[in-house]
Amino acid sequence: MGGSYGSTLRYKSVQRLKPIGKHTLLGAGGEISDFQEIVRYLDELILYDNMWDDGNSLGPKEVHNYLNRLMYNRRNKFNPLWNTLVLGGVKNGQKYLGTVNMIGVHYEENHVATGFGNHLARPIFRDEWHEDMTFEEGVKLLEKCMLVLLYRDRSAVNKLQIAKITEEGATISEPYAIKTHWELEAFKNPATGAVGSW
Amino acid sequence: MDMDWINAPHSMGTTIIGVTYNGGTVLGADSRTSTGMYVANRASDKITQLTDNVYLCRSGSAADSQVVSDYVRYFLHQHIIQLGQPATVKVTANLIRLLSYNNKNTLETGLIVGGWDKYEGGSIYSVPLGGTMLQLPFAIGGSGSSYLYGFLDQAWKDGMSKEEAEALVVKCVSLAIARDGASGGVVRTVVINSEGVTRNFYPGDKLPLWHEELPLRNSLLEEASSEAEPMHA
Repeated sequence: MGGSYGSTLRYKSVQRLKPIGKHTLLGAGGEISDFQEIVRYLDELILYDNMWDDGNSLGPKEVHNYLNRLMYNRRNKFNPLWNTLVLGGVKNGQKYLGTVNMIGVHYEENHVATGFGNHLARPIFRDEWHEDMTFEEGVKLLEKCMLVLLYRDRSAVNKLQIAKITEEGATISEPYAIKTHWELEAFKNPATGAVGSW
Repeated sequence: MDMDWINAPHSMGTTIIGVTYNGGTVLGADSRTSTGMYVANRASDKITQLTDNVYLCRSGSAADSQVVSDYVRYFLHQHIIQLGQPATVKVTANLIRLLSYNNKNTLETGLIVGGWDKYEGGSIYSVPLGGTMLQLPFAIGGSGSSYLYGFLDQAWKDGMSKEEAEALVVKCVSLAIARDGASGGVVRTVVINSEGVTRNFYPGDKLPLWHEELPLRNSLLEEASSEAEPMHA
């Protein structure tokens, strides 16, 4: 939920997860104004889709494709939307998870991340993600990664939301904070053996 | 000779702040406009009226913030004629957002929209550089705001009264003026609620004294006046 401005943690309750239609969830890193504009484009897309009233609805694959076109075309005009987007959804029983970024690079994968998450979280996912995890296992894995990011990413704030999307629809949790651990013996007097060091 | 202040654009370094309270909004700002190192206007009014019930705090480039506010005032008045009732703060904030976002490469202005409408009561929207729009219980902006993050983390409370909110706003702008060279002059506040709008004026010599500031006197040859005393918050 953090919105940084350079090195200042300026806004600490920014909505960076949004539901899109019935079948998709979108999360973003990067420039918040561009993300807000992208959500407006998508809300309009969904609205027009609903107005056809033909029983069809845009699923995550369609939304991902639309976003890819949007991002790539802006990149070609040298005026990118400065975001990394994470897109998840379920439609007709089929699960989907993908990403698209400001230069138009896009792919589907079982685990995706923005920013520092690519460096810190994905190695953990590679080790610990497996097929057929339960919701609880998924939450625990995400929280494990968010904790590492909280320790090691300067732009992180201790306020997170977990969102879940199933065939029934999307839910985004209320913001919450996780416990951090500082009482390790090694932390208490780290410079004893080498005074003046860190 | 270093005289680039002669041609430097007018910038309102500034401290601006907006706070919601139980029943309305309080907006506050300093009054310094600078061209480089020179203070071009020491008594500017940075809290600009858009409609009867919605006001705007301006920071950054004086020119950019003025032109944005003029356009939005113009659009809003037409909108009100068509709508047949007072504008909402949210609509105003979105108009500000559209101009800021769509001209993000040319504009350099951070704005805080505050007001009262019958649907949401008092509300505050922050529209910083880039055109993000965020509804917040309180917002700070301008170069002086750097000095207020820590203070407000500690001092801001939900459910304040009008008097508490205004006192907090005055204290904030006053503290920022003390440390930010680009902020100074008087503290102006605007209180907006269902009853209407009240403008207040707190001259520089009536503000509390902070660390290392001394009581004001007419001359070395006279005693200091006993009005102002160093404040320890």
